[in-house]
Amino acid sequence: MHTGLLGEFASPEAMLQAVRRLRGLGYERLDTFSPHPVPGASRALGLPRSRLPRAVLVWGLVGAASGYLIQWWPNAVDYPLNVGGRPAHAVPAFVPITFELGILFAAFAALVTLLLRAGLPALWRPVFEAEGFERASIDRYFVGIDDADPRFDHERSARDLLEAGAARVVRTG
Amino acid sequence: MAQTAARPGTARPEPFHPVLVGRPREGPITDQLLRHLWTRSRAWLVLLALSGGGVLLLLFAVSYTVAVGIGVWGNSIPVAWAFAITNFVWWIGIGHAGTFISAFLLLLQQSWRTSINRVAEAMTLFAVLNAALFPLIHLGRPWFFYWLAPYPATMGVWPNFKSALPWDAAAVGTYFTVSLLFWYTGLIPDLAAARDRVPGRLRRRLYGVFALGWQGSGRDWHHYRVAYGLLAGLATPLVVSVHNIVSLDFAITQLPGWHSTIFPPYFVVGAIYSGFAMVVTLLVPIRSLFGLQHVITARHLDNVAKLLLATGLIVAYSYLTEVFVAWYSGNPFEMYTFLVNFPRGPYAPMYWLMIVCNVLVPQLFWAGSLRTNAAVLFVASLLINVGMWTERFMIIVGSLSRDFLPSAWAVYRPTWVDLSILSGTLALFVFLFVLFLRFVPFVPISELKELTHELERKER
Repeated sequence: MHTGLLGEFASPEAMLQAVRRLRGLGYERLDTFSPHPVPGASRALGLPRSRLPRAVLVWGLVGAASGYLIQWWPNAVDYPLNVGGRPAHAVPAFVPITFELGILFAAFAALVTLLLRAGLPALWRPVFEAEGFERASIDRYFVGIDDADPRFDHERSARDLLEAGAARVVRTG
Repeated sequence: MAQTAARPGTARPEPFHPVLVGRPREGPITDQLLRHLWTRSRAWLVLLALSGGGVLLLLFAVSYTVAVGIGVWGNSIPVAWAFAITNFVWWIGIGHAGTFISAFLLLLQQSWRTSINRVAEAMTLFAVLNAALFPLIHLGRPWFFYWLAPYPATMGVWPNFKSALPWDAAAVGTYFTVSLLFWYTGLIPDLAAARDRVPGRLRRRLYGVFALGWQGSGRDWHHYRVAYGLLAGLATPLVVSVHNIVSLDFAITQLPGWHSTIFPPYFVVGAIYSGFAMVVTLLVPIRSLFGLQHVITARHLDNVAKLLLATGLIVAYSYLTEVFVAWYSGNPFEMYTFLVNFPRGPYAPMYWLMIVCNVLVPQLFWAGSLRTNAAVLFVASLLINVGMWTERFMIIVGSLSRDFLPSAWAVYRPTWVDLSILSGTLALFVFLFVLFLRFVPFVPISELKELTHELERKER
């Protein structure tokens, strides 16, 4: 969410109820802000299943493949070493590094994809300007309506938030 | 003992010890768990100074080793590995319980993991850091460590990937990196809380930078949970693989006492066992120093003690299997190692110390009252730490000192440099931990709030 209105709630349940109510009124560009993940928030916001696992799988496979190739080409093709007559292309001996690099790439993919999806790092966000928003990481729950929402209208949306149970409504951005 | 009977109206009986005492309100609990970020205590400074002294000793001993050469250690043929590799295996093993708690228990949805996972993960990071130091200085010429990496060198050769050394480098490097990513991912929401709560512009900016601008949006949490779960799923097989690979350093050689297929599982379980002991060693003082008995409850102590007992029994079983297989193999060298050299050889006192600490001490935890007795647990955990160190010492020095030909046997004795490096890494571990306890939210606040709401929902 960039700019718009924020409604403050005291509990995650009240926040979820407000989201459901606002979605029922036809709002589409809603967001929630909470100090911890609230179960049911993704569904209430109507978010599709996260595609992050695909990125992790693909990068994990890339990591494993590069791990194997970087052992196979130097040891079996470019400069075969004869160690006690063992085969230069020794599949079982290449397993550990293949596995480790697969995990390494996958883990980086998980964090980097998360940061990209969440638009991080971005030290300043418009919502941080809203008065009292610093409690969103401590003990307050916010519902935000983006002003790009087709149904957004400053007066009406503020009223809708209050009717949905918000203790107060603040403008951001 | 605090027993709670099943209350009418709840589907399941309350656990014997609650995982969280009371239902803390979000504002006050955040303050309590963050307060250490802006309050300084004299005890903290004293601990920092003491462990800092030990770090100086480590620096000196390592510089001396690098300047003069590893001849200043007690290592010599046949005992070429000795202290450095014993310490390496011991430290990296300790790390394993951190990942076990943060990853295995997350996947198994064990709610008691919540309050202790960050301390356990920090333990992993610092232990692996210490572990990684040893192979590096054992190289003798540590400035050539990059020869392990496959780069097009002017020497025209490549590393031999059929050797266990590059496996180790890949395993330990990956383990440290993935543990760090996992730890940091978990920290982001709490760093955001610190950014919004600590007094002072400078501190806020600092935590703000590390929080990366986390705003706790529902859309971000949506991906966050998936990413965190995946990191746990990736760390789980990783932690098993690391000590497997470490054990292969031994198992792929021909030495009696090492050349055994039981090594990979035996090393992993020993690692988790020693790590849980270290978790207890750290948690018991932290819990009373910071007054966290309502967050790190008797339930945590009880569960960790049970895990110590379970893993201790598997370790004991592995010892038995080793002896049995040595005898059953009919191989005179194997039989000599396990039936004569270990129990009656030059290191017999170490062997019996290992049996007492690793096999007998955890038997205390059959008793429920001892499992929740912090003092007993603390002392037992120290003994198990010692026992696991002697186990690695026996495997390495015990086996190497008497291999095949009696004319090649020799007894190893550590020098003052060996002992300084070991105690120096202990000091470095404490030093890093003391810094961690001062500057990082060490109980996952965000997860604790989530847990509180979850418990409240169940009670309703």
